[in-house]
Amino acid sequence: MSGVYDTAIVGGGFVGGAIAVALADAGLAVLVIDRDAPGTQAAPGFDGRSSAIAAAPRRLLDRLGIWRGVAADACPIEDIRVADGGSPLFLHYGREEVGAPALGFMVENRHLRMAVGARLRETGGIDLMAPAALTGIDTDDTGAALSFENRPTVRARLVIGADGRGSFVREAAGIGLTRRRYGQTGIVCTVAHEHPHHNVAHEHFFPAGPFAILPLTRNRVSIVWTERTAVAGQILALDGGPFLEELAERLGDFLGELEVVGPRWSYPLALQYAGTIAGPRMALAGDAAQAMHPIAGQGLNLGLRDAAALAETIVDARRLGLDIGAAATLARYERWRRFDSHLMLALTDGLNRLFSNDLPGVRGARDAGLALVHRAGPLKTYFMRHAMGEMGDLPRLLKGEAL
Amino acid sequence: MAEGRPPETRTADRDDVDRFARQAGDWWDEEGAFAPLHRINPVRLQFIRDGFCRHFGRDASSLRPFENLNILDIGCGGGLLTEPMARLGAAVTGIDAAPEGVSAARAHARRAGLEIDYRAMLPEEMAATGRTFDAVLNMEVVEHVADAEAFFEACGRLVRPGGAMVVATLNRTLKSLAFGKVAAEYILRWVPAGTHDWRQFVKPSELARHLRRAGFDVADLKGMAYDPATGDWSLAGDVDINYLMFAVRR
Repeated sequence: MSGVYDTAIVGGGFVGGAIAVALADAGLAVLVIDRDAPGTQAAPGFDGRSSAIAAAPRRLLDRLGIWRGVAADACPIEDIRVADGGSPLFLHYGREEVGAPALGFMVENRHLRMAVGARLRETGGIDLMAPAALTGIDTDDTGAALSFENRPTVRARLVIGADGRGSFVREAAGIGLTRRRYGQTGIVCTVAHEHPHHNVAHEHFFPAGPFAILPLTRNRVSIVWTERTAVAGQILALDGGPFLEELAERLGDFLGELEVVGPRWSYPLALQYAGTIAGPRMALAGDAAQAMHPIAGQGLNLGLRDAAALAETIVDARRLGLDIGAAATLARYERWRRFDSHLMLALTDGLNRLFSNDLPGVRGARDAGLALVHRAGPLKTYFMRHAMGEMGDLPRLLKGEAL
Repeated sequence: MAEGRPPETRTADRDDVDRFARQAGDWWDEEGAFAPLHRINPVRLQFIRDGFCRHFGRDASSLRPFENLNILDIGCGGGLLTEPMARLGAAVTGIDAAPEGVSAARAHARRAGLEIDYRAMLPEEMAATGRTFDAVLNMEVVEHVADAEAFFEACGRLVRPGGAMVVATLNRTLKSLAFGKVAAEYILRWVPAGTHDWRQFVKPSELARHLRRAGFDVADLKGMAYDPATGDWSLAGDVDINYLMFAVRR
């Protein structure tokens, strides 16, 4: 395409891809820029994680035609059991309590990336520039010029940074970042097992951090295992047999025989958030805006909520004839998202701090707290509905409606 | 066309035109002298878009619902509403009594890649050319007009029979004196002091009378409500401060 794009989206992952499809469906001219060649992200070695998709983000993926690409490989979560280490006190979330067929779905990131990639290629109105090395973004009062290594400059009315934790767009805009390391590492792997998991997700809070067992299709679970970084290094260095022993010790025996399938992955855990997520000609979404502890499985959900709110803000402004890159337009997006994302950051950070220790007093108090939350119906429903992405002033895409 | 100041400023208030001319460079500064207009722009545009879409049978969810509509923006200033009309697909002409504003508007539209016909001209001068339009925007102009009678008579000649006009202005109530003028100009400092003369504010009944006399039927009337928590404006039933009127040319 020649001329000026309505929007240039940096990052063609889940969040950038969802925004691109939503905007192009509404008729905008969209450019997606990714540093990796198409297909790279879907390669088996690129991303071994799985994601929990809450009910509302699932409706967004459905509306954007992405869900149909992963539906066959998505495992419903019908129950969530939260336990404090080996303590008998636990919190139980059941789908019947919210009257939904599932609390959410587990999807392997690889499948989700493939489905997003397919929609990016088949949706009219999207130009894909990948691989491309972005070297600079210059904004003025009517647009932004993006410059590249070995490619001509491109102009857009608005630049969206959906380029992850180390966002280039965020840095180019000079937006500050608040960062806190947890000194914890997340070990991720997929485990095949003997007995059925009955679509139940388990989260055990051990002193070193949470240990999650998340149901996947075909008798497999995804393990997210948090350890202090030094210990994680030792565990990751173990051979297959001893590694499995360490794993089984934490997982328990309810799944029968276990076998680690595919590689192990590890991610240092950190909480970070951008000083602002909107400025003249620029908006941030997903991990570029905020990245959190994976304790509540909310990172991707929050990113898709960003995508829904940003796409709606842009499309509504454009349908009024407004300049989609104007500061006033994007300020609406920031106001919309700030409360929700900061609440979630605070919740997950607080949960992790509360549970990642073994001080007797704290332990007793939090067990009592868990039991209390369990009994207090409205409070529990509130937590569940938030985890399912149903709270707040919902963007249309999260309700499953068209933009 | 010569870019001089219109020779005969009959309907435009001389002092007001001069004041706007001095601020011509600020029109597109969202936090500058015209910040309040930027803030009310979404709600004004919602009223305009929905009104025109209803009246002309267009789809408000499309990106260019005003395709093939000829729209005139009277008192266009820097083009805060003119540019949205162009983005929505209309063939737009913007006129303003202050040539400085028109030059700023023209330069901005060029940078934004929008095709708009801007002219330093009064509505009665445009009417004298015999040109008519499908729709006319008459937004926050009435309160700066010296001769309302002549002004609306010109508007009546500019809208084709069956066409439509949206008028927005400030009501002359104690509330608008307190909020629209004193609060906006002196307390909140949204607009430079002296921007408005409360005595020039027009009551909805007076506006409706002007419109009927000029050949229009009033089809809709809405107020604008401000939410101090979000800083957003929305359409409301309360017309005591700002209000918008949708009029159809007989």
